[in-house]
Amino acid sequence: MKLLTTILSFGCVLALAACSGKPAGDAATPAAAGQTQASASQASTTPGDFGPPQGEPIHAVLGVPPNVPPPINRNYPAKVIVDLEVIEKDMEISEGVTYTYWTFGGTTPGSFIRVRQGDTVEFHLKNSPTSKMPHNIDLHGVTGPGGGAASSFTAPGHESQFTFKALNPGIFVYHCATAPVGMHIGNGMYGLILIEPPEGLPKVDHEYYIMQGDFYTTGKYREKGHQPFDMDKAIDEHPTYVLFNGHEGSLTGDNALTAKVGESVRLFVGNGGPNLVSSFHVIGAIFDKVYYEGGKHAQENVQTTLIPAGGAMMAEFHVRVPGSYVLVDHSIFRAFNKGALGILKVDGPENKAIYSGKEVDAVYLGDRAEPNLQAVAVAAQAHATGTLSKDEQIAAGKQLFTGTCSVCHQANGEGLEGVFPPLAKSDFLAKLSKEDLIGIPLHGHTGKITVNGKDYDSVMPPMGQLTDDEVANILTFVLNSWGNPGGQISKEEVAKVRAAGPPAPAAGH
Amino acid sequence: MGTFVMRWAWLIVGLGAAAPSLAANYVPLPGGSFASVIAADNKTAPAQIAPFRLRTEPVTNAEFLAFVTAHPEWRRDRVASVFADGQYLSHWASPDTLGADALPRQPVTRVSWFAAQAFCQSEQARLPTWYEWEFAAAADAHRPDARGDPAWRDRILSWYTRPSNTALPLVGGDPDVHGVRDLNGLIWEWVDDFNALLVSGDNRDQDGADKLRFCGAGAANLREKENYATLMRVAMLSALKAADTTNNMGFRCARPK
Repeated sequence: MKLLTTILSFGCVLALAACSGKPAGDAATPAAAGQTQASASQASTTPGDFGPPQGEPIHAVLGVPPNVPPPINRNYPAKVIVDLEVIEKDMEISEGVTYTYWTFGGTTPGSFIRVRQGDTVEFHLKNSPTSKMPHNIDLHGVTGPGGGAASSFTAPGHESQFTFKALNPGIFVYHCATAPVGMHIGNGMYGLILIEPPEGLPKVDHEYYIMQGDFYTTGKYREKGHQPFDMDKAIDEHPTYVLFNGHEGSLTGDNALTAKVGESVRLFVGNGGPNLVSSFHVIGAIFDKVYYEGGKHAQENVQTTLIPAGGAMMAEFHVRVPGSYVLVDHSIFRAFNKGALGILKVDGPENKAIYSGKEVDAVYLGDRAEPNLQAVAVAAQAHATGTLSKDEQIAAGKQLFTGTCSVCHQANGEGLEGVFPPLAKSDFLAKLSKEDLIGIPLHGHTGKITVNGKDYDSVMPPMGQLTDDEVANILTFVLNSWGNPGGQISKEEVAKVRAAGPPAPAAGH
Repeated sequence: MGTFVMRWAWLIVGLGAAAPSLAANYVPLPGGSFASVIAADNKTAPAQIAPFRLRTEPVTNAEFLAFVTAHPEWRRDRVASVFADGQYLSHWASPDTLGADALPRQPVTRVSWFAAQAFCQSEQARLPTWYEWEFAAAADAHRPDARGDPAWRDRILSWYTRPSNTALPLVGGDPDVHGVRDLNGLIWEWVDDFNALLVSGDNRDQDGADKLRFCGAGAANLREKENYATLMRVAMLSALKAADTTNNMGFRCARPK
């Protein structure tokens, strides 16, 4: 059924573009003008049509995720002009991993559009001259064939215009519908448009804009370098990444959403897909109200809400207790193994009557808790210019350790007795040769060892995804922390051990 | 054995083409019955393609400069605005100078369909039809039809997924089995019938319901996921008007057998 829908929409877009003769630019203006007149004369019969636009045309303020434009606060229908530019650009999807995004407005998700029910929206879709592909836009808030897609098919370096009246209030997804639709959406071409009811929305302290999307790269999760789109994985619906706002870390660390104890928060959450349905949940919060499916009615006291691909919802809640609230897709492997994590950081006084405050979330947050990797960038640059110092290596290594190693060995290097050996004041570590030490992250370690008098018999998998300089920085950090003997490991030394390959199994020969 | 010798012959011809003073090279392609992504009858019928000759390389900036010098009505400062939009040759340093952003051996881009057609006429040729172009582009270095090979498709898709914010490479990629270069992975190319790709003469005056019907039939081909790559090119061509130019749209010419 899904396949059929895809095929039909794919065919129709091609069809509408080619079959209706030619484009957009020629046809849009007269057709739109006719439509406006017709709808004006039917103002009394069409629900949501409050008559012809009044006052001066207004240029819409667009929201850059996770920000939402301010409330409308207007009591008459207006003509609202929306300018949206399609830009194809390389951005980081995860640390050290780049991906070519196709974007509405330069971000994934695209710019947040906010209008009022009854507004006449004059939409200008511009396709950057640097684009390789033609693009269009299908707004789910548009009443009309293709949601605007047929009227907005735009070649690189060109602009299309079409006009619609926003008849139905709600929070709606928009997306590119150019063939192949799944690839355009998979590359990040989706966003949200809010059509406010005439009376506006109840006042809240914070409004935020979040969209989930699944991404398909030829390389594995977090495999470094530039990763192209993988059509086969997309068709099989096996995403490499499932992300909020298009990038790992876009809502964590310094980018976390913020609020203060006692404040009210409204989340506009959409799901671009292209394939997955989201089980959206905020760990530690209960939604007071969820306007499920972006519609008129609200369910109250909701834990987890389903957001279909190509759908959206609006949630309101209060934050009562300080701490980090983790936004996840509760199809939970997506959160901890594919990136679907965000943080809402709430500051303010504790309220022990509501919550004791004994919150252990280190393992939950995993390596996404603090993805502030400026020190890693500094170290990489210093290495390139030949000025890399030990201190820079340690600083970079500390942040990388938080990412990859702390989940098992713990942030304080103490490990977990009997399961994960400690790295702090480790007598095992102190005895290793440089080569053997480097070999552990590169090749992993299996079998019985004794560390600081305790026996461990478990498996550490190879961390082959780490680059030579990352391994060097992590080990230099470990050697210089927690009472370990000190020392320094260079990128070149790691490269040598990597080139030598894993040691032959001891029992094998 | 014969094919082997032929291939070397084309390679030598191709090397000769590197000297800009030589006339453009055309090589014969056999045509025949061809399973296009756009069925000839909007159902399943293969396209019938007569034997034709195709330019081995896309037209370069140097070649197009020679053309506008000989035909000044196609200079960017003299061209009629109905024949080319405002971006026509705008990356050239001046109407008769290439400059740093348009190297002689780069493919010419930012040319309209009208200009491309006029160029081809000037060398006693025409633009290839979509079927001719698609037939030629189905080849790889060893086979005239490599479309069933995932590597063929991946090469095209990987080009699509790179943004075009860097300078275009020079023409002169590896020749395919016919001796033709750069059909995939360098630029988009105009075809003669770019604006009629999903419309047959019989269907043109049908109403909306029938349009949907035949468009749906066209879409049936999309079950072959290999066709995605080629249909994205159809989508690109469908987005254009004949006077449009883009940073990546160039062309090559064809001749009858």
